[in-house]
Amino acid sequence: MPNEPIIRIEDLHFTYPGDSKETLRGIDLEIAAGSFVAVLGHNGSGKSTLAKLLNAILLPTSGHVYVAGVDTADEERLLEVRGTVGLVFQNPDNQIVANVVEDDVAFAPENLGVESSEIRRRVDDALKTVGMYEYRQHAPHLLSGGQKQRVAIAGALAMQPRVLVLDEPTAMLDPVGRREVISTVTSLCRERGMTVVLITHHMSECVNADRLIALSDGRVIADGTPREVFSQIELLRREGLTAPATVRLLQTLREAGYDVPLTALTVDECADAVAGLLAAGAGRA
Amino acid sequence: MDTVIRTENLTHVYSRGTPFEKTAISGISVEIHAGELVAVIGHTGSGKSTFMQHLNGLLRPDGGTVYVDGEDIFATKEATRDVRFKVGLVFQYPEYQLFEETVYKDISFGPKNMKLSEAEIDERVREAAHFTGVGEELFERSPLELSGGQKRRVAIAGVMAMRPRVLILDEPTAGLDPAGCAGILQNITDYRRETGSTVLLVTHSMDDAAKIAGRLIVFHEGSVAMDGTPEEVFSRQQELIGMGLDVPQSAAIADALRARGVKLPKSIYTLDSLREAVLGLAEGVPQC
Amino acid sequence: MLKDITLGQYFPGNTIIHRLDPRTKLIWVVIFIAALFTARDYLSYGVMIVVTASIVYVSKIKPRTLLKGMKPLIFIICFTGVLNLFYTTGGVTLVDWWIFTITTEGVKRAVMMVIRILMLICGTFLLTYTTSPMALTDGFEILLGPLKKLHVPIHEMSMMMSMALRFIPTLIEETDKIMSAQRARGADFDTGRLLERAKALLPLLVPLFVSAFRRADELAVAMESRCYHGGEGRTRMKQLHFARRDYIALLAGALLLAGIITMNVYGL
Repeated sequence: MPNEPIIRIEDLHFTYPGDSKETLRGIDLEIAAGSFVAVLGHNGSGKSTLAKLLNAILLPTSGHVYVAGVDTADEERLLEVRGTVGLVFQNPDNQIVANVVEDDVAFAPENLGVESSEIRRRVDDALKTVGMYEYRQHAPHLLSGGQKQRVAIAGALAMQPRVLVLDEPTAMLDPVGRREVISTVTSLCRERGMTVVLITHHMSECVNADRLIALSDGRVIADGTPREVFSQIELLRREGLTAPATVRLLQTLREAGYDVPLTALTVDECADAVAGLLAAGAGRA
Repeated sequence: MDTVIRTENLTHVYSRGTPFEKTAISGISVEIHAGELVAVIGHTGSGKSTFMQHLNGLLRPDGGTVYVDGEDIFATKEATRDVRFKVGLVFQYPEYQLFEETVYKDISFGPKNMKLSEAEIDERVREAAHFTGVGEELFERSPLELSGGQKRRVAIAGVMAMRPRVLILDEPTAGLDPAGCAGILQNITDYRRETGSTVLLVTHSMDDAAKIAGRLIVFHEGSVAMDGTPEEVFSRQQELIGMGLDVPQSAAIADALRARGVKLPKSIYTLDSLREAVLGLAEGVPQC
Repeated sequence: MLKDITLGQYFPGNTIIHRLDPRTKLIWVVIFIAALFTARDYLSYGVMIVVTASIVYVSKIKPRTLLKGMKPLIFIICFTGVLNLFYTTGGVTLVDWWIFTITTEGVKRAVMMVIRILMLICGTFLLTYTTSPMALTDGFEILLGPLKKLHVPIHEMSMMMSMALRFIPTLIEETDKIMSAQRARGADFDTGRLLERAKALLPLLVPLFVSAFRRADELAVAMESRCYHGGEGRTRMKQLHFARRDYIALLAGALLLAGIITMNVYGL
C-alpha cells in the first residue's frame, strides 16, 4: 500500500536526561511513504531532537515512534530501524568517517554485514545517484561543502533506506551548495519514491515540499501544504518564523484591502497575481 | 570622503611552488571610505575571505599591498601588528574561538592584549556587550554554557571591544535561524550608527546585503566582478546567478513584475521598497 | 604553514606500489626497518639507498613531497646528527676544542645516522602516501587479528587509527583558523619567554579541545545512525587479496633482509 504511513509518531514526549524542561511536548504525526515533508522551526524548537528520535539515536521519554511498523524502542530490531531511516546532519565534516569518498559510502553496508560485491554495487549506485561517482577516489576534506553533503547523502543511501531525514543539511553551505543538495534530495523523492524529511529554517527550501510542518517549543503549530502554512502569516510571525517575501508582499496588499491570494508561493506565481491586480486597475482607470 | 583602507594590486597565491598552487586573489584594487557599510559578496572560493585576511595583516600578500589610514601595513613588523587593532576581524563561526572562564574575561581578551588600563577595558567590555545585546547578567557565566546565538554575540563583542576603526565580519549570520540573523544584522547597523565605524560584511546572503549595505563588492574567481550601489549590482541579476550567487527574493519579484510590464523603478531590492512601490501602483484599483 | 604538513596523508595513484596489498606493505615496512638497523657499512648502506630510491621512483611520489613532509622532523634529524657527531670516539681527531671533540669516526657515524633516519622516514611516509588509511587499518586489523583471541581490542584500535588519520587534516585546518582568529584579537603566539608562550597557547588549546569533543560527539551519533555497532558481523567492500605481486614483493623483502644480514656478518 503506497499510502500506508512509513513513520507514525504517537504522543511523543522527550526530555534530555538532567533537563527540567521537556524538549518535545506531545507530538502526533504520520508521514506517508514517498512524500516530501519539510519541518520548519527556529533554533531550540526541538526539530533536531525529533530527527534523532526517528532512527533510535534517542528514544522517547514517553509515547512511541514507529518506523515501517517497528517500534524504535525495540532493541532487537535496532539495526532494522536505523537501516530504514537514513540520517544526514548539518556539519558535513563530522559525519564523514573515511579518507576516501567510496570508503565512506561503504561504511553503513559494511556495518550491516552486506556481502562485498553487493556493497560495491550499492556504493557505485549511491554515488551515481547523487552525482559524485567521478569523485569516488577523492579525499573528502578537499571537496566543497555541497559535495561533502552529497557524499553524506550517498552514505545514507547505501543502506537502501526507505526514509531520508536531513537535519539542516544546508545550514553551513553557500547558495551553490544549497541548490546542489536541495535538487538532489528533491529528485530522490520525485524520481525514486524516497520519503524525505527535510528539517530546515530556510523558507525557500520548503516551497517544493508536499507538506510543511512547523514546530515551536516542542509542539506542532502548523501542518499542511506549504501554501496553507505560509498563508498563516500571523501565526508564523508570532513564532519567530518568517514567510517568503512573495507571501509577505501579497499579505501587505491584502491588508490594504486588495483581493489577492496568499497562496502564490513562487516568484512567478506572485508576479502573476500582482501584475493581474495592477492590470485590472489599469483597465478601470 | 576619507579613505580608510586602500588596496593596491593585491595578489595572493596559496601553496606556491607545490602541485596545489592556487591563485586566490589577483590584482585587487579597492578603496573603502570612512563610515561606509560595505557588503563583500562571493561564493565559497571566490577569494573574498582571503582578501579580508589581508586587510588586518593576517595574510601577507604575494603582490601589491594594503594601506590603512594611508600607511602601508606591511612596511614594518610593528605596522603589521598594530593594524590588528585598527581593523577588527570577526571570523566565520566565531563562537568556536571562545576560551575564557567567563563571558566578561573573553570579551576583554582583545582590549587586554592592547595593554589598556583596567578602567578602560571595563568600559569597552560593557560598551561592546551593549552593542551585541549581551546582558550583563551573563558576564560571570561560562561562554561555553550559552546558546549558539548568545555565543556568537559574545564572540562579536570580543572584537568590537577593541574599538577598531574598521570592523570586518565574515558570514556573521551563517547557520542562525531567521530571528537570530535579523538580530545580528540589527546589532551591526546600530553599532555603525552609534560609533560611526566603517563596517565590512562578508556574506553570500544577498538578502543580508540588501538589508543593510550601502555598497556591494562582488568577488568572482579572485577578482572584483562588480562594485557599486545595491541598485546597480542587483540590476545585473543574470550575471549574479551565473556566478553562483542568489538575488534577494524581493529583487527577483520586482524583476518578474517588470517582465510582466509593470513599471517599477530600478531601485527596488528590499521587501519594504517593493511593498511601497506596489501599493503606490495599486492605488485606484478597486478594493474588495 | 600548518597546512603543508603531509604526515599521514594519502596520495591516490595506480602504481604497483599503490596496488600492493596493505598487509604486504606493512610487513615490508617492518622488514625494511629491520634491514636499516642491521645495515652497518658502506655497501649495505648503498644497497638500502638504492632500494629506497627505486621504491620512491616506482611509486611516482615526488621527492619534493617527501622532503616537505620531513620538514617538521628536521629538529629530530639534526639533533641525532649532532649527538652522534660529538659523542662518538675513535678514528682521527679533527677538532678538539674545550669539551668538544670531533673525530672522523664521529663524522661517519653522524652522516650514517642521519641517512638512516631519512630512509626510515621515507619508508614510513611511502607507506601512508601510497596506501589509503582504510586499507592500512584493514591490513593492520587482519594482520593482528589472531590477537583478538587474547581479548586485545584490535578492531577498536584500528578504528581509532583510521579516525585519527581521517581527522588530522580537519584539525590542522581548524588549528590554523583558531590561531588566525585569536591573532585578530591581538594574541601573540610567537614571542615571549617559555612560560608566557605556554600561557599564550591557552586561547588556542581550549577552543581546539572543545571543538574536538563536539566533533567526536557528532561523529559518534553519525556512525551510530549508520548502523555502526562494533566489529562484530562487519564485512568489507574491499576484500584484501594476495596477488602474485605480493608474493614477489614479500620474497624480495626477505631476500633484502637476508642480504643485509650477510653483509653485516662479513662486515661489508
